[in-house]
Amino acid sequence: MNVRILSLLGLLALWIVAAWMSGDPQVLPMPHSLLRPLWVETSSGELPYHLLRTLIRVLWAFVLAMTLGLALGLVMGLSDRVNDWLDPWLVVFLNLPALVLIVLCYLWIGLNETAAIAAVTLNKIPNVTTIIREGARALNPDLKAMAQVYRMRWPAYLRHVVFPQLAPFIAGAARSGIAVIWKIVLVVEFLGRSNGVGFQIHLYFQLFDVVHVLIYALSFIAVMLAVEWILLQPAERRVRRWRDA
Amino acid sequence: MIRVDVTRKSFGTTEVLHGVRFDIQRGETLALLGPSGIGKSTLLRLVAGISKDFEGHIECPDKLAIVFQEPTLLDWRSTLDNILLVHPGLSRDAALAILDKVGLADKTDMYPRQLSLGQQRRLSLARAFAGQPDALIMDEPFVSLDAEMADDMLTLTERLIEETRPATLFVTHSRAEANRLAGRVLTLGGKPATVIADEPAGT
Repeated sequence: MNVRILSLLGLLALWIVAAWMSGDPQVLPMPHSLLRPLWVETSSGELPYHLLRTLIRVLWAFVLAMTLGLALGLVMGLSDRVNDWLDPWLVVFLNLPALVLIVLCYLWIGLNETAAIAAVTLNKIPNVTTIIREGARALNPDLKAMAQVYRMRWPAYLRHVVFPQLAPFIAGAARSGIAVIWKIVLVVEFLGRSNGVGFQIHLYFQLFDVVHVLIYALSFIAVMLAVEWILLQPAERRVRRWRDA
Repeated sequence: MIRVDVTRKSFGTTEVLHGVRFDIQRGETLALLGPSGIGKSTLLRLVAGISKDFEGHIECPDKLAIVFQEPTLLDWRSTLDNILLVHPGLSRDAALAILDKVGLADKTDMYPRQLSLGQQRRLSLARAFAGQPDALIMDEPFVSLDAEMADDMLTLTERLIEETRPATLFVTHSRAEANRLAGRVLTLGGKPATVIADEPAGT
């Protein structure tokens, strides 16, 4: 049997043992006791609705953070002067707690969708920038010289020379990005939105309903695993094709 | 033609080149000889326009090609794309023709890493000559090849230069390679380096 499946089954077994030891379904219910409430939430349309709201926020923040982080990281990696100017900002933003940024965005922009997505994006940009900057610093100078001598145009140079070299760094930033972003989105929803998985978890937290907290959390983990397996991993395999040839 | 007049080239306070002057006419091949670390590759980078930080003046045609010590290929693109992406104006047929000329006609869809080092060097040559360059710069392109393969590459390079007739600047530390490929040999020496000999090949 696949090691990954065995490993997940091990986690499930651990859960069962812990639930059995706690002996209180209100603190930690057995896995099978989640199935019926899960069906009720799904068939009523509640769960799909909130999952979708969160997923849309994750996608927006992901696309924005990746695009801006990629541009910033590239410029900082290629120009020492720009890096000297922006590096202190990067250090400040890297060390700014996510919660502070979220609260400030809500206070300054308002309790709306723009503030929510801006807060998540701003939280993630520094990580993407740092990873891409390392990639830009590792670009092969001989290939740059080759492109310069043969007078390759900028768009072609970026597409065929720079981005393929950055691909492992972009994949790394995307992988860690998507994982961190959805966790921050949940906090953003917890603090200031009226829908989404984070909002539902907030609601059920106030009701001390562990079953529903687990249902929403696990459902979204399942969605993100699907995104990882269906989108991210095949995309990564495609850009790595030449290495395995 | 290539016209070089480097008054001074320094790295920090260390002057590496001083008063290096020479011309290369269209169809002429000039070999640049000198011990390792003398500044041959530095001079070559100045001529290619890769580095512009020097005192003096260099004229070099726009249609310039370069062959590095390492093949310097786009490992993530096919053999054919390595030609077409660098020369976007080139037709597919013309790219296939040059690959055929260097013996890579049956490798067009392969990635560079699937080729042997000799084949990668041939691809690098094909890329250089695909654009019908007016000037060609080569930085020890036969280094680390065994004798037989180096001989094959020299023969191929001779043929391609003969067909295209660019002004060629060729860096090597092998007198034999210089005599075989070049009409003129320029020797760099001293500290900072300058031209200490400019003589016909074979002398």
